[in-house]
Amino acid sequence: MVSRRMPPAADPTRPPSDVPITITLDGTPYTGTAGQTLAGVLLGAGRLSWRTSPGGASRGVFCGIGVCFDCIATVNDACDVRLCQRRAVDGDRVVSQGLDAPLPLRSAGTRPAHGVADV
Amino acid sequence: MSDVLVIGAGPAGLHAASRALDAGAEVTVLDAHDLVGGQFWRHLPDDRAAADEAQLHHGWKSFQQLRVRLEEHPRCRVLTGTEVWAIEPEEHGAAARVHALSGPSGALRREEVLLTPERLVLATGAHDRVLPFPGWDLPGVFSAGAAQALAKAERVAVGERVLVAGAGPFLLATAASLIATGATVVGVHEAAGPSALCRGWLSRPWELASSARKLTELAAYVTGHLRHRIPYVAGSAVIAAEGNGRVESVRVTRLDRDWRPVARTERDIAVDAVAVSHGFTPRLELAIAAGCAITADRFVAVDARQATTVPGVYAAGELTGIGGMALSAVEGAIAGLEAAGGVIPRQLLAERARQRAFAIRLERAHGIRPGWTDWLCDDTTICRCEDVPFGALSLTEGATQSLRAAKLSTRAGLGSCQGRTCGRTVEEILRQSPGLLGTTTTDQRPIAAPVRLGEFARE
Repeated sequence: MVSRRMPPAADPTRPPSDVPITITLDGTPYTGTAGQTLAGVLLGAGRLSWRTSPGGASRGVFCGIGVCFDCIATVNDACDVRLCQRRAVDGDRVVSQGLDAPLPLRSAGTRPAHGVADV
Repeated sequence: MSDVLVIGAGPAGLHAASRALDAGAEVTVLDAHDLVGGQFWRHLPDDRAAADEAQLHHGWKSFQQLRVRLEEHPRCRVLTGTEVWAIEPEEHGAAARVHALSGPSGALRREEVLLTPERLVLATGAHDRVLPFPGWDLPGVFSAGAAQALAKAERVAVGERVLVAGAGPFLLATAASLIATGATVVGVHEAAGPSALCRGWLSRPWELASSARKLTELAAYVTGHLRHRIPYVAGSAVIAAEGNGRVESVRVTRLDRDWRPVARTERDIAVDAVAVSHGFTPRLELAIAAGCAITADRFVAVDARQATTVPGVYAAGELTGIGGMALSAVEGAIAGLEAAGGVIPRQLLAERARQRAFAIRLERAHGIRPGWTDWLCDDTTICRCEDVPFGALSLTEGATQSLRAAKLSTRAGLGSCQGRTCGRTVEEILRQSPGLLGTTTTDQRPIAAPVRLGEFARE
């Protein structure tokens, strides 16, 4: 495990004790605490990447502030959600996006269509 | 009574709103994030607030006072989780037409918000500029801003053994946050060499004495570093990250004064994460959409009263130059007072002058030098969204003729982030090749945030 969340008992800033919530990524459960973002839950549980780039490379969080779109995934059937910007809700279903990941929309060819306007 | 809209609830925006209230205005503050504070005061949500959260922050008490004041003031409305996706110039008495969507980020049905304020203060801040290097797209390589945000707002450390690299005092802040989150920082590698650091920081030291708060902040970092015995290496950069599926080691090397790698100085360091930042890029898209003039060095042009070239539109903070929290705060204060028709006290103008001098030092000491492109290889990813390698930008026929040609022939900057991450880098690479035509930049984004077609069609 590499990235991880500091346990409240060991945390010098003294946050309250955990209120566990569980989300799934491609069916695998990950547990975090209420108030985290989806990216925070995944990283806090040691999961570093979930998206596949057009060239087949792994992507997870890069900018952490909603700018880079590296961390996008499908959340409860809505595609292209920036996981670093979205608060996790217990039971959220996250599905990774990439070349062969199922998506609600697809353009001609092999590339997934984006819900983002190409301007 | 005038009505003032402030976009961005970081240090500049919060001070702008507070001073506009002082001057009697009706104020709306809006931020895309669901908590106020911006990146500087990125914090735990209320239901997870920590008893000693102040130790992760500078100016935490003044932030709490600002926040409570704005939330409780009868003439103030705070709209968080509200993302502006377009601004149109407006002719009938209002400063602009501002289109926003409110709701959980990326949700299918967010609520439309249309605002036509008399006065508009733009305080949209900046994001990290990360110069690419081989392997920077491996999982485990983070922007320093990400490492900070995860530490402060999640209590998540991006790794157990983390190397911090890039340029500027923000690296020290990042290292401090990582340590406070239980990580081991194996080193801070600052690209600026000792001579640039001395030129920037040690010349005319008496001027620095007036930036007392800044010095206290820096001193806290330095003593923190000494206590934890973190190696601080000046004139050094990460030039590659390697690993199987995630970063396992980084290669660091000495740099010359132009940030060119010095031969035979490489060494490998085992890490499980890297946090990198080489400075900041202002978030200009809303200012450009509102019609504001941009300076030659790519910030929003403002006069002595923080007014942009568009009547009724003001700008403050990192949008007008990178200078840190104290400069952002004083610019915000001036912009807020001016937007609300208040009187600007002389002390504020003097404080701004002092903080701007600090910003000049920052750029002189840590500004990006052109030699860094020497550490790129043909297969180094430049555009992360579209996986465009460095070689494609220099080898694709016609790519170097103009930015538009480069975008269309290589797809660099055409992906989801719309060139926010790679835009300045692509521009810099193309400028190094002779015969580049045109002066367009990558900052124009008429659609400033992702909007679903369903949301768009409703408009």
